[in-house]
Amino acid sequence: MLMTEANTAHVDSAHLEKSPTGINGLDEITDGGLPKGRPTLIAGGAGSGKTLISMQFLAQGALRYDEPGVFVAFEENAQELTKNFASLGIDLEDLTARKKILIDYIYIDSSEIEETGEYDLEGLFIRLGSAIDSIGAKRVVLDTIEVLFAGFKNYAILRSELRRLFRWLKSKGVTAIVTGERGDDTLTRFGLEEYVADCVILLDNRMVNQIATRRLRIVKYRGSKHGTNEYPFLIEEDGISVLPITSLGLEHIASLERIPSGIERLDIMLGGKGYFRGSSILVSGTAGSGKTSFAAHFADAACRRHERCLYFAFEESPSQISRNMSSIGIDFNSHIDAGLLQIHSSRPMAHGLEMHLLEMRKIIEKFQPEVVVIDPISNLTNVGTENDVKFMLTRLIDYLKTRGITTLSTSLMDSEADGQAGQGISSLMDTWIRLRMFENGNERNRGITVVKSRGMAHSNQIREFLITDHGATLTDVYLGRTGGLLMGSSRAAEEAREEAETLVQQQENERRRRELENRLRSLDAQIAALRSEFETEEKELGKIIREEALNREAIARSRADMAHLRKADELL
Amino acid sequence: MDEEGAETVQPGTRKAYVLRLYVAGQTRKSLAAFANLKRICEEHLQGRYRIEVIDLLENPQLAKGDQILAIPTLVRQLPPPLKKIIGDLSNTEKVLVGLDLRPAEQIN
Repeated sequence: MLMTEANTAHVDSAHLEKSPTGINGLDEITDGGLPKGRPTLIAGGAGSGKTLISMQFLAQGALRYDEPGVFVAFEENAQELTKNFASLGIDLEDLTARKKILIDYIYIDSSEIEETGEYDLEGLFIRLGSAIDSIGAKRVVLDTIEVLFAGFKNYAILRSELRRLFRWLKSKGVTAIVTGERGDDTLTRFGLEEYVADCVILLDNRMVNQIATRRLRIVKYRGSKHGTNEYPFLIEEDGISVLPITSLGLEHIASLERIPSGIERLDIMLGGKGYFRGSSILVSGTAGSGKTSFAAHFADAACRRHERCLYFAFEESPSQISRNMSSIGIDFNSHIDAGLLQIHSSRPMAHGLEMHLLEMRKIIEKFQPEVVVIDPISNLTNVGTENDVKFMLTRLIDYLKTRGITTLSTSLMDSEADGQAGQGISSLMDTWIRLRMFENGNERNRGITVVKSRGMAHSNQIREFLITDHGATLTDVYLGRTGGLLMGSSRAAEEAREEAETLVQQQENERRRRELENRLRSLDAQIAALRSEFETEEKELGKIIREEALNREAIARSRADMAHLRKADELL
Repeated sequence: MDEEGAETVQPGTRKAYVLRLYVAGQTRKSLAAFANLKRICEEHLQGRYRIEVIDLLENPQLAKGDQILAIPTLVRQLPPPLKKIIGDLSNTEKVLVGLDLRPAEQIN
């Protein structure tokens, strides 16, 4: 059968096997790990974490994937390595004793080496080969092979031997990591990238605003898809974590479930039911506008529903928050004791933004909360440049959304006029609630408005936000005669004034009622008088009619009497 | 190639030389190195040297002890300090300098 070279290459890449690193995040961005059976170059400056990533690759291979590994150290000896990695949770003493890892320290001192005539590096090959065979290694690290350039003067020989070495490693079928020092114009000082064509990873340790940020980038990965961005990574007590960016997308499922805000009247403002589960909520306001109290209600409500809540505090210590919130009737301590609430406090300037986000992610993954509070999210914006911050926060919000976690973030605004709620993050948020201070009549009062709330019919009115001993409540706001908003004592005065007005009105009505009643009564009397007059007149009239009839009868009778007397012939 | 050179060290004379030559099989370079070394020793160290030839293909674990990477490598075990010369030893001058023989010869 005939197959073109292009076709073969295609088939190869489709079946490219991966060797998982077991490092948090790195396997995600490499789509499964390093190319199996091939060398990978990790380049980076001094202290950028090359040795650590390499050793973690070996340790994870030995512990989780049953792939023993050989670590060829050119810079540190086995004792030093064992000591250094013990503090990072890797027990090299145990791993070497169990023949899971073999550390071979190659020491080169050019001062005691004289060169004359032709040579090759067969000794290195033999040594490496016997190390690999002795424990059946599947993984090999050479850290850093560039030291050879200091040991040997004949670069022509060295370069051809390096080329042979990488071919040989491939033929041995081991997955290898070769580390290299970052060069000025090239990836590595001695151009190792020339020999390692399959996968190149670049590490970077940068200072931005006096905060060190470590980043990792996959420069190339032949035959595999991979993330192309710079990914922040973190060295912690249990090794390296890489925060992948592209693995997060807009693919989260929107829940129809609603969860209460913890403030009854606010739920009514939010279409009667509260927030959507898994949505992101922003509460913005100036200093002292009640953001933390607002957030505490949300956290408290979650714990009362027996959901787990994670509270990230960047301004106050856990005990300070607990104390302060107990003054408004919220008992955080009992929630903490019940294991439903965790408060994590740290100063924003303590680490770089990436470090914060990675730490938050780790804590979230450990605690598995349903609800997260970030108080305030705007403090994180102090830690980087505006672009960085927005980028990072987008990723954080996306991450929380994909996990279906409902997140309430507070944001400090410099002034009431400040429409932007912290770095334009409001566009990331599903619900935006503004707490506003109104100065009026020698006092400051809190107002609350729902600026937006996606997917629900929400109130567009301003309410007064009252913080009492029993928690926060909302009340109606009075519109003054001139159209201004009345809050606080002005509202109370307005209420009293209205009450007085009502009383006066009531009294007036009572008076008018009595007056009318009197008039009605007098009319009744008039009617009675008229009726008796009518009756009198009626009687009089009857009498007259009767008298007249009697008269007429009398006249007729007298006329008959006359005729009778005259003996008149009657016309009868 | 033999494991050891035929020559023996005679006690009581000037500094005795124990030289170890690391090779990996009988390659052209290895054979050249052995021949060159033998010649130089006969000329400059007659009667007070011993050559050990170590083939790493047969004893790979021995590469670790003397930190051998390059082949061939000549190690001067004795007298101290340890000296290493890599290559086929074709440049006699360099070998003599490497073995600390040249300055001594010049003084004599």
